[in-house]
Amino acid sequence: MKDRLIPSIIIISFIIIFLIFYKGLQETNIYTPKSEIKKDIPIFSSVKFDTKENINSSEIFNSNKFYLLNIWASWCVPCRQEHSYLMRLSENNKITLIGLNYKDNFNNAQNFLTKLGNPYETILLDEDGTISIEWGAYGVPETFLIHKNKIVAKYIGPLNEKLINEINSIIK
Amino acid sequence: MIYSVVGYYALILGLISGSILTYFSVQNFRNSVILDTKILSLSFLQLFFVVISFFGLVLSFVVSDFSNETVFNNSHTTKPLFYKITGTWGNHEGSLLLWLLVLTLFVFIFLLRTNNQSIKYKILTTIFQQIIIIGFFIFLLKTSNPFNYLFPIPEEGLGLNPILQDPALAIHPPILYLGYVGSSIIFSSALAATSLRMVSGSWATHIKNWTLVSWIFLTLGILLGSIWAYYELGWGGFWFWDPVENVSLMPWLALTTLLHCILVLEKRSILTSWVIILSITTFTLSMCGTFLVRSGILNSVHTFANDPERGLFILIFLFVLIFISLFIFFFFHKEDQKNSINLFWLSKESAIILNNWFMMYFLSVVLIGTVYPIFLDVISSEKISVGPPFYHKLIIPFLIPFLIAMAIGPQMKWIKSNLESKKILIFLLFISILISYLVVKNFDKNLLVNTILISSAFYLFFITVRDFFTKKFKNISQNIAHFGFSLLILSILFNNLLSSEVIANLKIGESYENSKFKIILEDVNQRSEKNYNSVVANFKIISSDGKINKMSPELRIYNQPNIVTSEADIKTSLMKDKFIVINLVQNQEYFNVRYQEKPFMLWIWVSVLLLSMGGILSFFKKRI
Repeated sequence: MKDRLIPSIIIISFIIIFLIFYKGLQETNIYTPKSEIKKDIPIFSSVKFDTKENINSSEIFNSNKFYLLNIWASWCVPCRQEHSYLMRLSENNKITLIGLNYKDNFNNAQNFLTKLGNPYETILLDEDGTISIEWGAYGVPETFLIHKNKIVAKYIGPLNEKLINEINSIIK
Repeated sequence: MIYSVVGYYALILGLISGSILTYFSVQNFRNSVILDTKILSLSFLQLFFVVISFFGLVLSFVVSDFSNETVFNNSHTTKPLFYKITGTWGNHEGSLLLWLLVLTLFVFIFLLRTNNQSIKYKILTTIFQQIIIIGFFIFLLKTSNPFNYLFPIPEEGLGLNPILQDPALAIHPPILYLGYVGSSIIFSSALAATSLRMVSGSWATHIKNWTLVSWIFLTLGILLGSIWAYYELGWGGFWFWDPVENVSLMPWLALTTLLHCILVLEKRSILTSWVIILSITTFTLSMCGTFLVRSGILNSVHTFANDPERGLFILIFLFVLIFISLFIFFFFHKEDQKNSINLFWLSKESAIILNNWFMMYFLSVVLIGTVYPIFLDVISSEKISVGPPFYHKLIIPFLIPFLIAMAIGPQMKWIKSNLESKKILIFLLFISILISYLVVKNFDKNLLVNTILISSAFYLFFITVRDFFTKKFKNISQNIAHFGFSLLILSILFNNLLSSEVIANLKIGESYENSKFKIILEDVNQRSEKNYNSVVANFKIISSDGKINKMSPELRIYNQPNIVTSEADIKTSLMKDKFIVINLVQNQEYFNVRYQEKPFMLWIWVSVLLLSMGGILSFFKKRI
């Protein structure tokens, strides 16, 4: 009896170790800080860039579609860099792009859009930067991917090829 | 293009010859009067194919053949030739091919050099070894083929990670692998010897050399990795308890214990279970290391690939090997009861057994520290990382009796001994305590712990020094190794106690001063090389005794891939290393400067070299 006990205990413990490792492999270990994912979007009101009419956040993010909130400014050099990617992304009808114009001069911003194109469906104004603070943004450019009123992903800094591919794979 | 094709088919032919080899070995095992010559020729053929395959990959790297996916991912035309070649094993696929190369090389040498053992044993070892080799062939071909074809052929490769472009790191993997893979021979032959019930003193003599070879290479491999971390990563340390470092330390601990057990087995024909279990453990830990590093299950500075399929394959393979060995151990091994009883407490073998238990304890600490975060993550999805304090707290207290046993053990005789020259031993202990008290008194932290710790290290140091004179050339290899170990512990302890560090933000022309030294940032130059641009900052360091040193740490901006690395400037001298590294602070005109004075750094490297010197001497002693 005792002869069999020790081998069986050892074998069972190795099987358990195997199962734990096996399960460990299934999980991705790309670490995303918990505080940033699946957070509710803030509730705010703002002014539309072109018509200057007041608008509430609930009127913008009102369907189950994917939204991309992009904080930008005409004076921001990296924003120019990412703009072509945004233009490309705007051709995809699964996602709606919302621009948040951050501490900008109206004429400069309009020049920026006529020169490089307007990828946004709606542009909101954030003249004093408070809305960006509400969103927890660090600076410009910064981009939030929103689904069902939750922040699914957050990208600090300009978007690039890799990140666009990531966004495309999320909204697929 | 052509090299990749040749390499790929050579790999397949290698697998085929492995299968044929296994078939003939099984045939030969049934009626084993003489060793079938086919086995040796097939083993040579297999080695030949793997060598061809390996050179196929090396040449693809040399000619920058970007139709090969591995080359495309890890090379670039502007890279110097040396790093093109070493880039071959600086990636997942290439390093596995290197594993395979060493595996086949070792089994061939084993067949060639083993003369005085039974035919059955030789064949059975070859069969076990072929199981491992075939497993690796399939792993390589199925999940990590180094010869994947890319079309359209890219113009340019992605480049080798710049922190891997370093001479120490270029030879670190091959040396480490010789150690890892050497343990596979020990594994197979231990299994073969257990199944044939021939674990005995003469078998121990035969396997001792293989153990020594793996141990020497593993020690040197770890040393090189550590030197690389010190010079290149710029963190100013030599051991970070990073999971990947631990993974190389664990087989080393098991192998060191095994080496001592084999000595006991050779002399007294006891500890057979220890030897078998440790042989299995050493190789399993090496494989486990491969699993942890390659599967991406760990988050670490040197994680290479993150591919669950690969991880799954190694995991299953690893556990198949574990279960085979457990089966063989429980089924065939019966401990000889007669011999194990006669153990006198004052004898060399009981000292060795005592220290074996300590080594096993250290091994479990490292193992738990490495694996526990994974377990916790799986069971409760909580993320933790285990850092140096954990290891220090658990290991340091037990280092004290370990060092003392290590000092006294070799003074005893086999079987039974009265301690001779007790007075000298006690006198030396007294001297060590006195010296360490006088030394530690000057630093007011942890007086008691440090005194005891340092005195036990000094004790080992003095006793080994005494033995150089009293024992002359008897056991010289053991004495050198133990002396090296005491020196290593002393250097590490003093390095920890006496290091000083300064972190400051400096602009050009500014300076930082404290009671020991003054650092002046004189100017900054820009320089452009073939594969990187660099910013060199020139510092003047004036120490309190008026000595002036000029140091120039560097920031390298590599172009392919685009990565910034800090090259520390290190001035090594006999007693002290001066270490300075700069970092760029975003959007600021000042540099973040870290300056460290680290005493006895050189001695850490030297003592590890001494440690392996002991092994090398022991290996060659019988041959001369």
